[in-house]
Amino acid sequence: MNVNQSAPPVPPFGQPQPVYTGYHQSSYGGQPGSTAPPTAYGAYNGPVPGYQQTPLPGVSRAPPSSEAPPASTAQAPCGQVAYGQFGQGDVQNGPSSTVQMQRFPGSQPFGSVPLAPVVSQPTVLQPYGPPPTSAQVTAQLAGMQISGAVAPALTPVGLGYGPPTSLASASGSFPNSGLYGSYPQGQTPPLSQAQGHLGTQPPQRSAPPQASSFTSPASGGPRMPSMTGPLLPGQGFGGPSVSQPNHVSSPPPQALPPGTQMTGPPGPPPPMHSSQQPGYQLQPNGSFGPARGPQPNYGSPYPGAPTFGSQPGPPQPLPPKRLDPDAIPSPIQVIEDDRNNRGSEPFVTGVRGQVPPLVTTNFLVKDQGNASPRYIRCTSYNIPCTSDMAKQAQVPLAAVIKPLARLPPEEASPYVVDHGESGPLRCNRCKAYMCPFMQFVEGGRRFQCCFCSCINDGMFTFPPQYFQHLDHTGKRVDAYDRPELSLGSYEFLATVDYCKNNKFPSPPAFIFMIDVSYNAIRSGLVRLLCEELKSLLDFLPREGGAEESAIRVGFVTYNKVLHFYNVKSSLAQPQMMVVSDVADMFVPLLDGFLVNVSESRAVITSLLDQIPEMFADTRETETVFAPVIQAGMEALKAAECAGKLFLFHTSLPIAEAPGKLKNRDDRKLINTDKEKTLFQPQTGAYQTLAKECVAQGCCVDLFLFPNQYVDVATLSVVPQLTGGSVYKYACFQVENDQERFLSDLRRDVQKVVGFDAVMRVRTSTGIRAVDFFGAFYMSNTTDVELAGLDGDKTVTVEFKHDDRLNEESGALLQCALLYTSCAGQRRLRIHNLALNCCTQLADLYRNCETDTLINYMAKFAYRGVLNSPVKTVRDTLITQCAQILACYRKNCASPSSAGQLILPECMKLLPVYLNCVLKSDVLQPGAEVTTDDRAYVRQLVTSMDVAETNVFFYPRLLPLTKSPIESATEPPAVRASEERLSNGDIYLLENGLNLFLWVGASVQQGVVQSLFSVSSFSQITSGLSVLPVLDNPLSKKVRGLIDSLRAQRSRYMKLIVVKQEDKLEMLFKHFLVEDKSLSGGASYVDFLCHMHKEIRQLLS
Amino acid sequence: MATYLEFIQQNEERDGVRFSWNVWPSSRLEATRMVVPLACLLTPLKERPDLPPVQYEPVLCSRTTCKAILNPLCQVDYRAKLWACNFCFQRNQFPPAYTGISEVNQPAELMPQFSTIEYVIQRGAQSPLIFLYVVDTCLEEDDLQALKESLQMSLSLLPPDALVGLITFGRMVQVHELSCEGISKSYVFRGTKDLTAKQIQDMLGLTKPAMPMQQSRPGQPQEQPFVSGRFLQPIHKIDMNLTDLLGELQRDPWPVTQGKRPLRSTGVALSIAVGLLEGTFPNTGARIMLFTGGPPTQGPGMVVGDELKVPIRSWHDIEKDNARFMKKATKHYEMLANRTATNGHCIDIYACALDQTGLLEMKCCANLTGGHMVMGDSFNTSLFKQTFQRIFSKDFNGDFRMAFGATLEVKTSRELKVAGAIGPCVSLNVKGPCVSENELGVGGSSQWKICGLDPTSTLGIYFEVVNQHSAPVPQGGRGAVQFVTQYQHSSTQRRIRVTTIARNWADAQSQLKHIEAAFDQEAAAVLMARLGVFRAESEEGPDVLRWLDRQLIRLCQKFGQYNKEDPTSFRLSDSFSLYPQFMFHLRRSPFLQVFNNSPDESSYYRHHFARQDLTQSLIMIQPILYSYSFHGPPEPVLLDSSSILADRILLMDTFFQIVIYLGETIAQWRKAGYQDMPEYENFKHLLQAPLDDAQEILQARFPMPRYINTEHGGSQARFLLSKVNPSQTHNNLYAWGQETGAPILTDDVSLQVFMDHLKKLAVSSAC
Repeated sequence: MNVNQSAPPVPPFGQPQPVYTGYHQSSYGGQPGSTAPPTAYGAYNGPVPGYQQTPLPGVSRAPPSSEAPPASTAQAPCGQVAYGQFGQGDVQNGPSSTVQMQRFPGSQPFGSVPLAPVVSQPTVLQPYGPPPTSAQVTAQLAGMQISGAVAPALTPVGLGYGPPTSLASASGSFPNSGLYGSYPQGQTPPLSQAQGHLGTQPPQRSAPPQASSFTSPASGGPRMPSMTGPLLPGQGFGGPSVSQPNHVSSPPPQALPPGTQMTGPPGPPPPMHSSQQPGYQLQPNGSFGPARGPQPNYGSPYPGAPTFGSQPGPPQPLPPKRLDPDAIPSPIQVIEDDRNNRGSEPFVTGVRGQVPPLVTTNFLVKDQGNASPRYIRCTSYNIPCTSDMAKQAQVPLAAVIKPLARLPPEEASPYVVDHGESGPLRCNRCKAYMCPFMQFVEGGRRFQCCFCSCINDGMFTFPPQYFQHLDHTGKRVDAYDRPELSLGSYEFLATVDYCKNNKFPSPPAFIFMIDVSYNAIRSGLVRLLCEELKSLLDFLPREGGAEESAIRVGFVTYNKVLHFYNVKSSLAQPQMMVVSDVADMFVPLLDGFLVNVSESRAVITSLLDQIPEMFADTRETETVFAPVIQAGMEALKAAECAGKLFLFHTSLPIAEAPGKLKNRDDRKLINTDKEKTLFQPQTGAYQTLAKECVAQGCCVDLFLFPNQYVDVATLSVVPQLTGGSVYKYACFQVENDQERFLSDLRRDVQKVVGFDAVMRVRTSTGIRAVDFFGAFYMSNTTDVELAGLDGDKTVTVEFKHDDRLNEESGALLQCALLYTSCAGQRRLRIHNLALNCCTQLADLYRNCETDTLINYMAKFAYRGVLNSPVKTVRDTLITQCAQILACYRKNCASPSSAGQLILPECMKLLPVYLNCVLKSDVLQPGAEVTTDDRAYVRQLVTSMDVAETNVFFYPRLLPLTKSPIESATEPPAVRASEERLSNGDIYLLENGLNLFLWVGASVQQGVVQSLFSVSSFSQITSGLSVLPVLDNPLSKKVRGLIDSLRAQRSRYMKLIVVKQEDKLEMLFKHFLVEDKSLSGGASYVDFLCHMHKEIRQLLS
Repeated sequence: MATYLEFIQQNEERDGVRFSWNVWPSSRLEATRMVVPLACLLTPLKERPDLPPVQYEPVLCSRTTCKAILNPLCQVDYRAKLWACNFCFQRNQFPPAYTGISEVNQPAELMPQFSTIEYVIQRGAQSPLIFLYVVDTCLEEDDLQALKESLQMSLSLLPPDALVGLITFGRMVQVHELSCEGISKSYVFRGTKDLTAKQIQDMLGLTKPAMPMQQSRPGQPQEQPFVSGRFLQPIHKIDMNLTDLLGELQRDPWPVTQGKRPLRSTGVALSIAVGLLEGTFPNTGARIMLFTGGPPTQGPGMVVGDELKVPIRSWHDIEKDNARFMKKATKHYEMLANRTATNGHCIDIYACALDQTGLLEMKCCANLTGGHMVMGDSFNTSLFKQTFQRIFSKDFNGDFRMAFGATLEVKTSRELKVAGAIGPCVSLNVKGPCVSENELGVGGSSQWKICGLDPTSTLGIYFEVVNQHSAPVPQGGRGAVQFVTQYQHSSTQRRIRVTTIARNWADAQSQLKHIEAAFDQEAAAVLMARLGVFRAESEEGPDVLRWLDRQLIRLCQKFGQYNKEDPTSFRLSDSFSLYPQFMFHLRRSPFLQVFNNSPDESSYYRHHFARQDLTQSLIMIQPILYSYSFHGPPEPVLLDSSSILADRILLMDTFFQIVIYLGETIAQWRKAGYQDMPEYENFKHLLQAPLDDAQEILQARFPMPRYINTEHGGSQARFLLSKVNPSQTHNNLYAWGQETGAPILTDDVSLQVFMDHLKKLAVSSAC
């Protein structure tokens, strides 16, 4: 059955087939040989546990395979293939891109084998191809069983829907899902069910599990499960239909043999296959699965399940088996697929409700009426028409908005529209801004608001000169000449009505506020900083082609008192003014405090030269904090401008002053109801202060250099509420952290910022923005106030229904951001986005974006820890996830055995990602994670965009020595699991904050030499943070890669070289998120099983 | 001792003391009937070039409640080496150092000519003088420039080891750190918030005992004394720095919008200055010198809001109780003044502005601490520049004419008690056997603190005779008073000056003539005036005048010779003859009349009146008028409108002003340029003569008087016209029908009318 499904899909992909066969065979051959068929199934079954994992591999393998419906292949070759595939799956990672392909191949083989029928389905599916929609992952087991039944069903189903997108892409996505599909089943297995399958598969698993390590190699075997996913079902089906019986039968049998088989396959085949085959089945299935109403199929598959059940019996004995990690959905595979499918063509935003490529994919955007996904990403691009549906699905409706996102050079920044004195054109009633969706009527004399349907009379709403005739389609003839009528994103010049106090703003100012207490001096920070500022001041952000920045600068140093500096250009020497009245802060001078850099350069330079000297002998260890911010804010107030404070702070502010803090760090609170207090600010003073800052448009960026607890939770309140950033450099030492700090500082100072901003999100009648996450302040329920907003900050907005939506007109979002540019110009930036609406839940599930979903859920959870015990938060997340998936299973997936785990194609990574969120330091701290770290991460995540959360929660692990040195492209990533590391290789791991270079213990000496310039592994310094600059291809490539990784992230990642078996490795392993974590975080496989259990509970 | 006049003059020269009565009525009852209280004007540090200080310590009476100092009035038993205290009659042993004493070998303090003697105390650490400049920066550019130059100049006049500090203020208050090199540092305080001394010291980082401890461990013990060194530095160390710093002083940079006064935080600036010294150098001679160019407009001590449309309070407002800020501000400055006095520091106020600067509210700062008060129109005037320079003038020994932290103790014989003092002092609240229950001036104590004084500082000390009427004239027939002034000399030595005087007792009934003859009407006038002015500070003007009038009438009744109800029969003896005239002018003086004066001016005049010596005080009461003519050498003429003649040049000295007035004819001549013609050289000389004399007065006086050169019909002639006795006015001009003199356009009564009325009342039996 699986086969069938898979097979069909495969064909479309075609290519891979050969490979598959090859693989399968080989793999199977190796082990399954005899058992092959069974194994295949077994694989599935067995995979069950393993499945979950396997699928992924399958996916990756896709490439190898050709159309040949992997499913079929899988099954046909079933045992064998499957394993093989899986095995390959492991390898697959590499090939990932090929995934689809693989599937095909897989399918083909299968197809060839059993599946003619399957194939047919597949074809169908293919069209659906897009199936990305639902990645139904039936437990492999289920798949197995089901397979027969499923297959047919599948084909029709999901795929159909999916199709909208290009087949190719669809297929790509599917594959993955397919895998899952199978997994689901597999999953069940993992649990008790698993056993059943396990019985069959277990063998493999068991084998693998035992030698988990093996699994990896063997993984091929495990991957089988991957097939399970949609594929499985598909396959299963396919299998069933075609060879189902076989499979089915086989599975059970597998149970017995499986063990052997399993083991067998794992061992040998994996490596080889891994690269190619394994994935197939799954993938194809997945892809297909979803597309095809797989569900029905599934249904059948499920039925199969029972069989499993039976099987289980036997398997049970095997129980110990686990899901094959390669069989479960692989993020790597999904990402690769998306890259391959959607990376090449520009994403054109003209069509409503289009799901954009993944954030991990490099693509260009053409604005044709909707905002680029760089500005707005939604959790779903097709939202339920009614709140009942939304409630049922439990899929959060949210948009992650990055209003000032930086664009690649190829894309034009938003046009600035000037509507003259009357200001931007708006709807009279809801005040929405003119946008492409506004409907001009009555020959162009009036327009109807697309948000509130109000008809606006031209006489009053727009000046006569704005009038324009309409063409025969009812469109203004000048639509394409006007950005606000043809683009998704554009800017308006604001009139004086949009300015504070009805006065055009003055250019903003930057104030550098430097801690000069003993710690700061001793660590060398002050000297370093002052030295850097001298040159950095030449690079203040400027607008357009401006000669020099309009931004003025000021300087303050402080310990327990504040020192202001008069750097007026007419002075020969700067003057220091000490304010010790920290209880009642004020600004001692106006003239000469904020100056133009070029005019006062000599004085500033002199000042920066003297600061380190003046305080060189300081003994003052106490610092204040709130008064410093207060001072900066007052300074801006006095100068009547907005601006940004750069605070460089070292220690807990214990000096007698407002905002004084005490050390309240208490690890004993962890896992108690009081744990939340660790995230809450100690005192309300900072909120009050932040409020004042916001009112003044004073954004605060905080650079922390703590040697011990500084209470980040409290100190970051103001940066957080004012749209600022927090940077933390624990135990800062110039030698080690200089590069990182300076690079962050440079970037932070140079980045373009909007000041004194207010953001408002308007929506069509029917939904409403109800909740906001990010770094900002809100004084009412609708306006997001941002003292400062830069291109790295996002605001996540959640929507709720307050009425029905209309399928016809869809749902519109308009995000309007009023801000002051860094040259002091007041502007409005408008982003529009149209979404589809649906009456069928399946549509919702087919248009979801898991990465965005995770972004929302993480932010939701991270905010939750402020008010609820962490355990509650975690449970809530798990429950919600289970509900989402259960709803899908119940309403969209074809009926199938309860033992099957079926995941929507678009959400097949939800479990793995969610697990990462659950395991994150905030929600499940390890012993070495400090309270400050948690608070720091918590607030970082709050304003992360989708790409950042994606890599943050699921780090990228890049093998450096696998691909040929000459290849110019980034090496394909591998899954974040220890099993994927080979001790003969070197890997890079990054998550946006950390960067590790892991060196295997048996890396070739030559490699060591060319990279580290030492002769042996043992001579490499553990913890090294800089690679020697060597003139050889490998060194250049690695350093180049590191540089390019750093360039992709908004913060500089400090490199840490970790040697295998070294004590630092613990730290590194913390980021291998698919593994069980030391702090108790579940491994991916375990979590998937758990999730399946939850779903089953919900369904029953 | 030919006459009492000579006696009085001699006493004044030797002891710096002028008593209202030089023969004392022997009973309380009689004394009260004398109307003018028994009192004296004491100039504690009167310059005595002929009196070298002795380099040892005084010998004290051993009775703990007495502790009078050995003096020429004591009876000494040279054989037994005993001396009897002339106040408490305690017999005391001479200390060992006096073993060689005999009739022919007397220590100085026993010689009659040393009734005033000065001891130099060798004990105790000497601390340098401290000058803390508190400078307003809300000035016009040229004003500030002039002030900066004056300040820079003053640095060269200070003793090289003196400590100086600088505080500037405007909207904010800046305490400048003087020790640093390179970048100039200052501590800034909000001008709207008052701080306690503790807070100020905390904020300036002056309270860090722990810090030096830690540092000194490595070994730098000498740093401790310099904790405060950052703000107060020896002038020789930071001369250049400070000169540059002053040079770079900018006007207060905060924008002042149209229609507003600059925000000036005088109250806080002073508070910080006081707090700074309080924490670092308590009980060490220090001057806080406040230079301000306008009224305090914000924070504690604000006198007026910053809205220009609301003018600063006038006497009219005050009478109407319409001065919003006055009470609060006064309270603030009083609090500061008291703290300063407690610490032994003094506050000078140099206020230069065309409008008022809030001297009314701030006066206590100078009054209670013995500081100077200078009022001018601008810092860019010679009045200010020279006055300021004169602060640093030196005496014949090359010492500064200033002393600090003085304590004046008064001891009396049993028949007398001290009722109070009026002058630049505060009470130390030391109760003792010689303290009267009745207060006149600042009473209730036998000791007063005078934080800053110079050789002319003069206090009025009031006594009460407590001897019962029934008791006989005290044994020995003489009453004695001892004034003990301990102070820090400008050379930083601690010194004690002791003045012991004695006067005869007389039975008022049998010896009234003696008492009458020994009446010092000048001293009496000034002492009464001080009482009047003292009352005027707290009472309504008319009440004070009425009180003065009644005293005068009573005095005339007591000492006049007349027939009842016959005014024409009224006569006064010589020793009283001038007294009514002084009272007449006193009534018209700005010390009691506020009309035509701003509250600031009144405060300024009263300030000086309460601290100048007798001569100057008399000038203030009744200005001196000299007349220059071709008819002879300049001669003093009556302060009367009849003295204003066309062919005369008048020179009037009111202490605060020097007015040269050219008569009508003279003015015309000058206009015609006769003085430039060789043949009229005598005219040139005539014109020059008063100028030279005026210069002489200007050179000697502190503060510099306002110098006015005017002529008949000149607008400035009003200064003269308002002072002279209006014997001719528009009312009686034609009645007199004379062309001599100039009519004064006033409704004020003339001396003639006043005297007539006085006589009538004096002879009346009604009162």
